[in-house]
Amino acid sequence: MLPVLQRRAGLVAVALWTASLASAQLISRPIPPADAVERGKKEFVIQCASCHGADARGEDDGPDLVRSVIVLDDERGSLIGPVLRKGFPNEGMPGFDLSDAQIQDLSAFLRERTQAAINRNAYPLKDLLTGDAEAGAAFFNGAGRCNTCHSPTGDLAGLASRFQPAQLQTRFLYPRGGRGGTAKPTTATVTPRTGPTVSGTLEFIDDFTVVLRDTEGYNRSFSRDAVKVDIQDPLAAHAQLLKQYTDKNMHDVLAYLVTLK
Amino acid sequence: MKKILLGALLCAGVLSAQALDPAKLLQPPTDSWPTYNGDYTGRRYSPLKQINQSNVGTLNLAWTRRFTAGGGRGGGGPVSIKATPLEVNGILYFAAPDNAWAVDARSGHELWHYTWETTGGLHIGNRGFGMYGDWLYFETPDCYLVSLDAKTGKLRWNHQIADVKQEYFCGPAPMVIKNHIITGVGGDSLDVPGYLESRDPETGALQWRWNTTPRPGEPGSETWPSRGSMEHGGGMTWHSGTYDPELNLYYFGTGNPNPVYAPQSRSGNNLYTCSIVALNPDTGKLVWYYQVSPHDSHDFDNVETPVLIDGEFKGQPRKMLAQAARNGYFVLLDRTNGKNLLTAPFVEALNWSKGLDADGRPIPNPDKEAKPDGTLVSPTEGGAANWFAPSFSPLTGLFYTHASESYGLDWKTDLSKTPEGYGGRNQTIWMQNLLQAIDYKTGKVVWSHRYPNQGGNRSGLLSTAGGLLFGGDPTSNVFAMDPVNGKMLWHAGLQSAVSNGPITFGLDGRQYLVVGAGDSLYAFTLPGH
Repeated sequence: MLPVLQRRAGLVAVALWTASLASAQLISRPIPPADAVERGKKEFVIQCASCHGADARGEDDGPDLVRSVIVLDDERGSLIGPVLRKGFPNEGMPGFDLSDAQIQDLSAFLRERTQAAINRNAYPLKDLLTGDAEAGAAFFNGAGRCNTCHSPTGDLAGLASRFQPAQLQTRFLYPRGGRGGTAKPTTATVTPRTGPTVSGTLEFIDDFTVVLRDTEGYNRSFSRDAVKVDIQDPLAAHAQLLKQYTDKNMHDVLAYLVTLK
Repeated sequence: MKKILLGALLCAGVLSAQALDPAKLLQPPTDSWPTYNGDYTGRRYSPLKQINQSNVGTLNLAWTRRFTAGGGRGGGGPVSIKATPLEVNGILYFAAPDNAWAVDARSGHELWHYTWETTGGLHIGNRGFGMYGDWLYFETPDCYLVSLDAKTGKLRWNHQIADVKQEYFCGPAPMVIKNHIITGVGGDSLDVPGYLESRDPETGALQWRWNTTPRPGEPGSETWPSRGSMEHGGGMTWHSGTYDPELNLYYFGTGNPNPVYAPQSRSGNNLYTCSIVALNPDTGKLVWYYQVSPHDSHDFDNVETPVLIDGEFKGQPRKMLAQAARNGYFVLLDRTNGKNLLTAPFVEALNWSKGLDADGRPIPNPDKEAKPDGTLVSPTEGGAANWFAPSFSPLTGLFYTHASESYGLDWKTDLSKTPEGYGGRNQTIWMQNLLQAIDYKTGKVVWSHRYPNQGGNRSGLLSTAGGLLFGGDPTSNVFAMDPVNGKMLWHAGLQSAVSNGPITFGLDGRQYLVVGAGDSLYAFTLPGH
């Protein structure tokens, strides 16, 4: 994925530092190997954590290393090696007697720490379940009118065993991609100036053209300036509810949905 | 100023048949499109009217050309043309991350293709070139300012303008004002400080630097709780702005403060993030500022183009500046001093804000800050508006912008006293795209075009004296509307959605419309011309 990076940094030295496909958009530098990170972490806890914190984000006695320019500009110990060996005696940091391998491991650990800060798409979501399940059920069956289309013993039965809370939260708000592939499609009815109306699944629409797949499976295309189009979007109520939810409603509904195991 | 500029260029011996005459920078665009926005006003309004309401329905494809990336990260990969091409003396110049091209404007024939060997950085997009005489300037994702010879596409020099290892990345079109090449930077991942720099067009030497966030003791530092918070406070400068030659002020918008979604370590308004600022381009000194999103915690970069409007307001002629901000508010300022004239929402349901203060500034709603269990925020991270170019037509007095109504979830993931990076996450839940026509005198949306699709592309816009408003829709059409009422007058389906802002120019008595869509440029003209 990052051939140029590897070429620039030296083929042999960087061979073990790989790019992550999943994080490629956010992580633009090679990812250090996990075993080096693990060794570096152990070393860090022993030698560095008392001043810089176990997560390297700094404590009262030592600065944040995750955002340190020396750490960020470092390549496999090139900058932090000399600093570690000499220390900053005037600022209370002693020099350390470390091997090249130990320094490279520490460099790998610190790179892992910075990449954990950079890769926001991997920040863990937790403590999502703060709502009141009973209040959620009341909203589901009351103000939200969710029960107009859904049933806890019907289409939503076993919902919580299929999805984690983080998935459920975004999916119940607006089920982009459908409920496990069983979502009702958007349909439309087209009324020409003359001739019969045509109904079917909405295949495509823009300001100029509408394409339906009719009940017999044929694709039917119309210029929009010649027809009237009525769209029946089964998710319209979800979009409407976004304007209605308080954050409490939202948390309550999630708390209720996770009870549907 | 015109004389001084011409003199400087002639002395340098760079004014050639292909060179940009600096006088063009001070005129409405007709036979050239010499800057990102066509001229310094940011209006993206062309006085050309060969293509007009009576004949736009016959607009024809003159040529289309597909471009393939070479070298760098994008080697052979897909190109997305977010750059607005410059058109100077019959040649189009545009860039994409690590790639730049010159193309004959009459035929689409490729004249040269330059590739940059990257060292990394986020390859989100490149907005294109700035031009000075025979010389071109663009920024690379790994934050080099690269100058090319417009004749050959050969490298003149490059200068690093930010450290990619600190997670800066770069892509705005450099702004050329007199003998200043003004560059900006991006990057939100590690709480680096934002700044704007001016460099010498001949050598690339630094002329001045303006820091978005103050240092301890400087004005504005009272809006941050600590040295660390302002030094790590963000405020990126990732989009080019506008310029008033009479006032000699450069206007641009600044990005969001950092950490993005976890503001607990940066109590206060966090100047000069999420602001419109006016700098003296000769010195880099701040002349005035207006903060559109005080203490932002929703990633509402305020970099949207500050459009310069000369016209009447409440019966008085005024020099004004208008912006449709990412946070969903339309703001009209007196651009001589930054005083607020008007603020009004241009989409519905801006739940992140509790209303406006006495100076017209939106007041954030602390209840809608990100929380561990999520808050439902409107608009979502992508904003009610964003970088795509708006347009202002002096004929209609309307400000046009693509916009979105949207909802998203904001989660705070870093609850520590000293959060880092984003400190939280966002997920867009739902988005509906619109084209809004705003009366600058009232802030009211006079007409609104609601696309029949959810989500999708939002393009830049162009208005002309031909009574036309050009843009791209969320699917893959380029269109012309009646700017008075939004009625569709012409469209053409392209291979992909319009990914930049349309431009127009005249060559040989023929008016061209050029748009970028994905990896291709498309040029349209009238038959018989």
